[in-house]
Amino acid sequence: MIDRSGTPLVELRDISIAFGGVKAVDHVSVDLYPGEVVGLLGHNGAGKSTLIKCLSGAYRQDTGDVFVNGEKANIANPRDARDYNIETIYQTLALADNLDAASNLFLGRELTTSFGFVDDAAMEAETRKIMGRLNPNFRKFGSPVKALSGGQRQSVAIARAVYFQAKILIMDEPTAALGPQETQMVAELIQELKKDGLGIFLIDHDVHQVKELCDRAAVMKNGELVGVVDVDDVTTDDLLAMIIAGKRPEHLAA
Amino acid sequence: MADASASPASSQRKNILKTMEIDTRLLGMVGAFIVVCVMFNLLTDGRFLTPRNIFNLTIQTVSVAIMATGMVFVIVTRHIDLSVGSLLATCSAMMAMTQTSFLPAMGVDFGNPLIAPVAIIVGIVTGAVIGAFQGWLIGYLAIPAFIVTLGGLLVWRNVAWYLTNGQTIGPLDETFQLLGGIGGTLGTTGSWIVGVLGVIAACVAIWSARHARIHHEFPVKPVWAEGLLMVVAAALILGFVAVLNAYEVPARVLERQFEASGQVMPEGYVQGYGVPYSVLLLIAVAVVMTMIARKTRLGRYIFATGGNPDAAELSGINTRLLTVKVFAIMGVLCGLAGLVASARLSFHSNDIGTLDELRVIAAAVIGGTALAGGLGTIYGAILGALIMQSLQSGMAMVGVDAPFQNIVVGAVLVLAVLVDILYRKKTGAN
Repeated sequence: MIDRSGTPLVELRDISIAFGGVKAVDHVSVDLYPGEVVGLLGHNGAGKSTLIKCLSGAYRQDTGDVFVNGEKANIANPRDARDYNIETIYQTLALADNLDAASNLFLGRELTTSFGFVDDAAMEAETRKIMGRLNPNFRKFGSPVKALSGGQRQSVAIARAVYFQAKILIMDEPTAALGPQETQMVAELIQELKKDGLGIFLIDHDVHQVKELCDRAAVMKNGELVGVVDVDDVTTDDLLAMIIAGKRPEHLAA
Repeated sequence: MADASASPASSQRKNILKTMEIDTRLLGMVGAFIVVCVMFNLLTDGRFLTPRNIFNLTIQTVSVAIMATGMVFVIVTRHIDLSVGSLLATCSAMMAMTQTSFLPAMGVDFGNPLIAPVAIIVGIVTGAVIGAFQGWLIGYLAIPAFIVTLGGLLVWRNVAWYLTNGQTIGPLDETFQLLGGIGGTLGTTGSWIVGVLGVIAACVAIWSARHARIHHEFPVKPVWAEGLLMVVAAALILGFVAVLNAYEVPARVLERQFEASGQVMPEGYVQGYGVPYSVLLLIAVAVVMTMIARKTRLGRYIFATGGNPDAAELSGINTRLLTVKVFAIMGVLCGLAGLVASARLSFHSNDIGTLDELRVIAAAVIGGTALAGGLGTIYGAILGALIMQSLQSGMAMVGVDAPFQNIVVGAVLVLAVLVDILYRKKTGAN
């Protein structure tokens, strides 16, 4: 159902990165097509967050290249990533707790008046519009995001990515801090975004969730890629075996 | 959308304070300030709240208050600046040497109208360069601000000493001295004009903010609340002007002025001082700093970085450059404070600004700036400076022994922070 005949939206080719002699990511290649969700699985320290940070601009790979729409991309910092329409929703949410939803949504890309001053009213209006679409129950536009629930904070983070028309979305454990209802909300949102043709990298621990939300799963162990599989071809036990033992399921071994 | 969110909000609005959307924390500080003033007024048989003492209190506060506004930005970004008193001394020394030594050596004689503006620019540039340098050490070389500015505390105090060979430099240029306080005031008519302009500006600001919210169909406060706010603002501004105008120039000073111009003073002639230029400078600094904090990207980034440095960095904010900017602003304000402090004394002395770093930090903290970062207001810091100065000069008027004065001020600082912590715990928010 995912058309993988064209150019991939993103191609991470042969990425390696080491921290003080420890190979955090070791020659890993993964690709992502429009309208596809690729799950990145692995233990803590398997290297999945490190790998994806080369795409979001938080780290710089030692060797290997990143291709966006078939063209080699030079991503040195988070600002560069944004220029390629890559948006990241971090595990830690990356929200400034003391600012309100609108200030966070536009952080680093504020709307300004013709005098060059930040236009709070316009930003609040835009925030009300987009939150009306993503999370219609959202009301706390005037409070600092510290006062929001986990799901509300997550919707602010997602609204930020959606508002700036991300083509490539990186979600680092987006449901880790959420209750069942809020998790469902995020799941529905991911389906929405898929329909719009976004490519999504989803980093997660939970194999059930990956089976449910993703099209393909890339499993990493000790910095190396164990394999990339279609989630419909494998069971959750197969995925667990890949994560724990680092073995590809036998029926897929070529 | 707007209607839906307005109706539950308005039903929750129970009391007048909520309707007015007034910061209860600010109200608490104003309350504390009033208590301090009334208490000293009773203890001094009414000498504390005279126009003369209020005038003196105001001009004594200016130097520390100017720096405290910059300290808000420094502390909001989770740094500290211990070098402000010493930096003030270096700026003051540069300004003093420029007008008494450097410029005369270049053939610009005493009394030349160029002296004051050139000296002021030299002082401000000195502050900006040194501040930016310290900010670079902190932001780019990742040396903790505490260490960099602790070093700066020693370095700049003694750079000032070296520049002047430890001598007291004075008297300073007469135009320069106008910014010291009592030496340069607007006079009564000028003060009323400025006061009225201030009232108009405040009303326009309140009204246009309301208009912007209506334009976007956001909920707004009732009209009477906005009106009351305008009346309070007008009363405060005009009341302040009236008090400063009520402080009359002593008769012998006037007589001397008339004699100097070869005239005889008319019988019963009186003249009020009005608003000092240094206070106008403080107001201008406060307005500009508040605009930066609330209305510019720079200010937004300062508060975002203080709230969550990682989030700021990941949002594409250059937090290192931001640190340089924040400390450069602090340096500029030290230059302005040095200008006011040395102009008030009419000379530069070696110990100018000693211990000001503690007063400035205390003013910012009493004014509600959280050392954990991300929270603080400019007006709070100025009010904090005013409270500190009131305590200090009130105790001096009452005749409290010098050691006890400092003991009380120190205890009040700790107590103020405790009250603030309790307040924040109780209200939960902010």
